[in-house]
Amino acid sequence: MNYRSSYFVLTCLGLGFAFLYIPILSMVVFSFNASKLVTVWDAAHSPTLKWYVALLHNEEILDAAWISVKVALINASGSVILGTLAGFGLARFTQFRGRFTLNAMTTAPLVMPEVITGLSLLLMFVALEQLIGWPAGRGITTMTIAHMTFSMAYVTVIVNSRLATFDTALEEAAMDLGAHPLKVFFVITLPIIFPAILSGWLLAFTLSWDDLVISSFTSGPGSSTLPMVVFSKVRLGVSPEINVLATITIAVVSTMIVGVSLWMARKARLERVVA
Amino acid sequence: MRTSQQLQRIGISGRGLVVALPYLWLMLFFVVPFLIVLKISFSDIDLAIPPYKPLLEWVGRNSLAIKVNFNNYAFLFTDSLYLRAFGNSIKVAFVSTLLCLAIGYPMAYGIARAKAATRNVLLLLVILPFWTSLLLRVYAWIGLLKANGVINNVLLSFGIIHEPLTMLYTPFAMYVGIVYSYLPFLILPLYANLEKMDWQLLEAAEDLGCRPWQAFYKITLPLSRNGILAGSMLVFIPAVGEFVIPALLGGPNALMIGRVLWDEFFSNRAWPVASAVAILLLILLVPFMMWYQSVQARETAGAR
Repeated sequence: MNYRSSYFVLTCLGLGFAFLYIPILSMVVFSFNASKLVTVWDAAHSPTLKWYVALLHNEEILDAAWISVKVALINASGSVILGTLAGFGLARFTQFRGRFTLNAMTTAPLVMPEVITGLSLLLMFVALEQLIGWPAGRGITTMTIAHMTFSMAYVTVIVNSRLATFDTALEEAAMDLGAHPLKVFFVITLPIIFPAILSGWLLAFTLSWDDLVISSFTSGPGSSTLPMVVFSKVRLGVSPEINVLATITIAVVSTMIVGVSLWMARKARLERVVA
Repeated sequence: MRTSQQLQRIGISGRGLVVALPYLWLMLFFVVPFLIVLKISFSDIDLAIPPYKPLLEWVGRNSLAIKVNFNNYAFLFTDSLYLRAFGNSIKVAFVSTLLCLAIGYPMAYGIARAKAATRNVLLLLVILPFWTSLLLRVYAWIGLLKANGVINNVLLSFGIIHEPLTMLYTPFAMYVGIVYSYLPFLILPLYANLEKMDWQLLEAAEDLGCRPWQAFYKITLPLSRNGILAGSMLVFIPAVGEFVIPALLGGPNALMIGRVLWDEFFSNRAWPVASAVAILLLILLVPFMMWYQSVQARETAGAR
């Protein structure tokens, strides 16, 4: 195909990516700025790492980050299990009672405004506590359950679409040869969908790590997550330490994303060679 | 497998067990909560913990009274604040969706038509911000837009303006924030759709004398309809209920329904009113969600 993008399309791409990346780059650049005014460059004392040092000594942010890590880890692992089961069921069992409901329940959280999900889960926890005494108060447990509920929907979609592109021949062959369905799942299906499970895990971790609204509704005293602390700081204006936090986040995320996509590209090439 | 046969006799199969866990989880933590919101939206506000009165009450020994209270809904329709907030949220979400389409369509098109190697890099560049914290990316715009922020400093130093522009805490800032945050959600489904396009159709049209923009208008645009709809829905529906962006960039006058719900809940502790707002918002959005689901179903059916 000898198509060359028109200048119009190229200009749009250029401007679009500038729009997406200028804010991100500005945070990175100003994280090295010495001035407390953040956006006014202090040429005499910059670049400096002093805000990086300050962040590492900020107990409030470190404590909140630790809570966020815990919630995100449990959430990612739990929603991968639930999401894989749902995605596998939807992709491989074409007919069962409740298929339509399950499909709707795993699509709706993707677009549901967070304020609604957050409010409804909180009211649910309060009602449950009145009814059976569990969960006693709100905190990390309630927050993790809330995160798993919306994260598993994303994992379901990823696993389901990965399975949709693979035909069932391999699985059927194994079953014809007498393998137990559970064995087929662990020996054939799981390796096939492993990249999807990995992306699902990473996405679930990130969703939980970033979430502000649903966490604010479902957390209790003493369980403020990182986004909650950041939000209360940012409401008062820009702060150099938040720029540092953003820079570290961007560095970690880009390394991870580039690493995973290189790994997947290699795996895909290998699969093509084998097939 | 004796046990599995025994289980099957009482109606439990391996397949059932696979879907039962996620099914029950979502029933308990996604569907039932909405019923509770519905219930509380009909309750009286009470100065207690939790701050609402029960719907069911024992009056006397053997009679249970149901008190359904429509005051919360009546209140939403009498105080013009709520209707204006609903109207404004729909307007902001709609305009933001159109702006996302205007910026995102050419980008998705450009990516879909790039060479395979370039395409993967460009796609990665769209996905990357999506993985970076939304809160932090919205925060970045405070630094860019404020009175002594980056944009004003650059414009002042080039002598294009002589007074700093007021951009932060205006509707403009809110639109920028929403379009910026939701752009990847529009580009990705649209790209997935355009990627499957048979570009030879365009060549054929041009061979038959269509001008490039005519071919685009008559072929590419109608064929990418599902991608446009899916992407727009992924922007529009969450944007209607958006809280973070109006709270950080929109200033005190940015009237968005997500923010109203938040304030009713956290500042006024009016849980029943917040629940009524949530129910109305849900009623408003459910048709769009069903539309989205049917578009998605068509897209996946087409892919197989």
